[in-house]
Amino acid sequence: MFAVVVMLLVVTLTTFAIFFVIPKWAGADPALLFVGKQADPAAIEGIRQKLSLGDPVLVQFWHFVQGLFVGRDYANGTDVTHCPAPCFGYSFRTEQAVWPQLTDAMPVTLSLAAGACLLWLVGGITTGVVSALRRGTLWDRSAMTVALAGVSLPIYFTGLLSLAIFSYSLKWVNVDYKGLGDDPAMWFESLILPWITLAFLYAAMYARLTRATMLEIMGEDYIRTARAKGLRERVVIGRHAMRSTWTPVLTLLGLDLGALLGGAVLTETTYNLPGLGRLAVNAITEKDLPVILGVTLIAAVFIVVANLVVDLLYAVIDPRVRLG
Amino acid sequence: MKRSSRSRRIAGAAAVVGALLATAACGGGGSDDEGSGAGFNAAVKGVAAKSAKKGGTLKFINKQEFDSLDPQRQYYGFAWDFSRFYARQLISYTPKPGNAANELTPDLATSTGKITNGGKTYTYTLRDGITWEDGSPITSKDVKYGIERIWAKDVVSGGPGYLRQVLDPKGEYKGPYKDKSKDKLGLKAIQTPDDKTIVFNLAKPNGDFEQMLAMPTGSPVKADKDTGAKYTNRPFSSGPYKVQSYTPGKSLSLVRNTSWKKASDPIRPALPDKVTVTFNSNLEAIDRLLIKGDYDVFLSATGMTPSGRNDALKHNKGNVDNITTSFVRYVDFTTKVKPLDNIHCRKAVIYGTDYKSLQTTRGGPQAGGDIATNMLPKSVKGSDNYDPYGILKRGGKADVAKAKDELKQCGKPGGFSTSIVARNDQPAEVDAAEALQASLKKVGISLNVEPIQGSTSASITGSPAVMKKRGYGLSMTGWGPDFPTGQGFSQPLIDGRFIEQTGNYNVSETNNAEINKYFDDALKETDPSKAGAIYQKMNHKVSDLAVQMPFIYEKNITWRSSRLTNAFTSAAYNGRYDYSQLGVVK
Repeated sequence: MFAVVVMLLVVTLTTFAIFFVIPKWAGADPALLFVGKQADPAAIEGIRQKLSLGDPVLVQFWHFVQGLFVGRDYANGTDVTHCPAPCFGYSFRTEQAVWPQLTDAMPVTLSLAAGACLLWLVGGITTGVVSALRRGTLWDRSAMTVALAGVSLPIYFTGLLSLAIFSYSLKWVNVDYKGLGDDPAMWFESLILPWITLAFLYAAMYARLTRATMLEIMGEDYIRTARAKGLRERVVIGRHAMRSTWTPVLTLLGLDLGALLGGAVLTETTYNLPGLGRLAVNAITEKDLPVILGVTLIAAVFIVVANLVVDLLYAVIDPRVRLG
Repeated sequence: MKRSSRSRRIAGAAAVVGALLATAACGGGGSDDEGSGAGFNAAVKGVAAKSAKKGGTLKFINKQEFDSLDPQRQYYGFAWDFSRFYARQLISYTPKPGNAANELTPDLATSTGKITNGGKTYTYTLRDGITWEDGSPITSKDVKYGIERIWAKDVVSGGPGYLRQVLDPKGEYKGPYKDKSKDKLGLKAIQTPDDKTIVFNLAKPNGDFEQMLAMPTGSPVKADKDTGAKYTNRPFSSGPYKVQSYTPGKSLSLVRNTSWKKASDPIRPALPDKVTVTFNSNLEAIDRLLIKGDYDVFLSATGMTPSGRNDALKHNKGNVDNITTSFVRYVDFTTKVKPLDNIHCRKAVIYGTDYKSLQTTRGGPQAGGDIATNMLPKSVKGSDNYDPYGILKRGGKADVAKAKDELKQCGKPGGFSTSIVARNDQPAEVDAAEALQASLKKVGISLNVEPIQGSTSASITGSPAVMKKRGYGLSMTGWGPDFPTGQGFSQPLIDGRFIEQTGNYNVSETNNAEINKYFDDALKETDPSKAGAIYQKMNHKVSDLAVQMPFIYEKNITWRSSRLTNAFTSAAYNGRYDYSQLGVVK
């Protein structure tokens, strides 16, 4: 747990440095980004004071971390605004607090990731196992061709294609996102295409990984022993082979899910889903540093948490980890 | 090996089939179909689907978020156009098609300003019946307070500072939030002798003062509804609509302001019951949704994507307008970088340029624009067809012989090398720079293309020292007017007194006494036609000095939904539709 906290602090400090120190070295100024088109020196100075940009970077970082845990005050003359914990500051563009924007966007990304993950795990692993067991057959060749297409075609191609066909032309699905609580039917309808598109990409990778792992495991001694003991093929595959296949799949899943939760940038941009990925893209386009910082930190948390969960799951799946 | 290549072939074939499917699905059967729209260019030629019918929801869609809803903070062109739904000014632009829109007309005021004191004092009387969304009357003090907010640069940042410069050039006032006076109305240059009268005292005459008042920065703000920096999330309405809900990056919804009275507003017909803006992060998707009929107008009006416009022109030409914006795409010559300090070297570049190829990179005559021969856009008074280098006569092609002759005259008969800066987040700029590189190679000028990030341009092209140090001789850029006069377009670009050390727009570092004097003379003129005649001479001088090389008067392809009524393009709003006039059929 200590390692997790230290790691998040390091990520925060690095991100902070990227946004506040490096531009300074390069001669750019966050205050200049804030001021806009007619940037006269007095306006820049005013903004610098308002955002405390004149303070040493470590002091600014300390205030940022302090804001995350206990909140902080933003003073502008006599006007003092309290930003409650966890305080990620205020957007340069909209003046809105960053934390509510993150919590607004999170359920969208979670919905996208959870649904797609379910589809790609079921689809990818099933395809991979069947392909391994029927190696060299027409099924295997066809499945691996589709898998190759899946990993080769970028989401902005498959995404736009699916939109053009199923939404704009055939008008089968509407992709105007609504929250699960607002309109469950519309929520489901708006996510079908993104789920399938995203799952297609990932399922392909999982199918290839599962197939390769299965092929390797099926040649292991303990599989031969299990068969020699007269166990039924279903038990050999389901109980013995699959258990070992899960380990590399879970490792990949931990990385993918963490990264995906951090922002499925392309999918959210293509399907206009108001999740963390799109929030990040908008913030980057608008040079909205506090929002970029917030999304980065949340993404880091997701990756760390996802990997932690995977580590715990290893122990459940593979008894050797527990014993070790 | 065999299997792998076959797999790839199959995957490739699948992709091609998919793409063809998509094209067929998007397309349909016919060609050159007018669709159900009011006709190709109907809103450019006049008013498309003229109607006074009220009701319905006018639905905008956009990729880009508003820079702000706070009228004093807005600087995006589309935001200025849109804010007329909920913010009024003393003076505004005439709701008429084309260049007629550039004429100023009274809005909250009963007439345009009474000008006295040698052009330094402007007096206005407010109309009867003008109200805020809570029904309280809009007073001269509200107008003064709203304008005062632009002095609070640390809180209300982002908007244009013209009013600050003409009313308080020394920056003595500190804005209403630091104002020690009881009513926070301490700016001396504006007086409000009574609730109906407002008087502006300029430091020196400026014939464009009313243009500055017509910007959203001139909007009133009710002091007790001012939430400072957070006003951007919920501006208090003085117009026919008020904000119902706003989630930045997602959607905005305006509903009728029931306190607004039509009799008090000569400009806005307020036809729709509701106005919405939906943000979509995907430009291709925006085009498809417009064509599908889910939305009426692309708010920022920057043109359709290549696939969208091909589809629209082929199957729904009647829903398309080929609008002319007020943007000029041009190249700045850094006259302090050798050998471009020599006019003949600059002229060699102008003669050696294939304008046609630059036009093609920007989308051709329809989606890119017309070849430009001088720096003033057609919507600005003083603009003419001045073409001292005979660009149109030779059909936009390069004149290699003349270019080589100019090279000899500048002492570089074998040519020279220099660099051109282009913003890589505007790919068309990089493409145009590469086209220029290819065409200049033919006359012996070697151009090195240096892509930079748009966000760093203030400290690179905006810094004369950096341009000199790095030897950037040329800069690819574009410019549109803040208000449609020679001052609003040209002064930051070419007046020698506007050269700044950072955030500089006079990239050529032109500081010519004759040009500077033209600006001084034009600013003293309160007659726009006389000022226009002066700006014409100024513009000719700029062309003769060869300090800038314009190449495109920008145009684009814009979608107009079949539901849209009262649509016409307005020069005052950079060629966009005058949004305040739009209605929908249902």
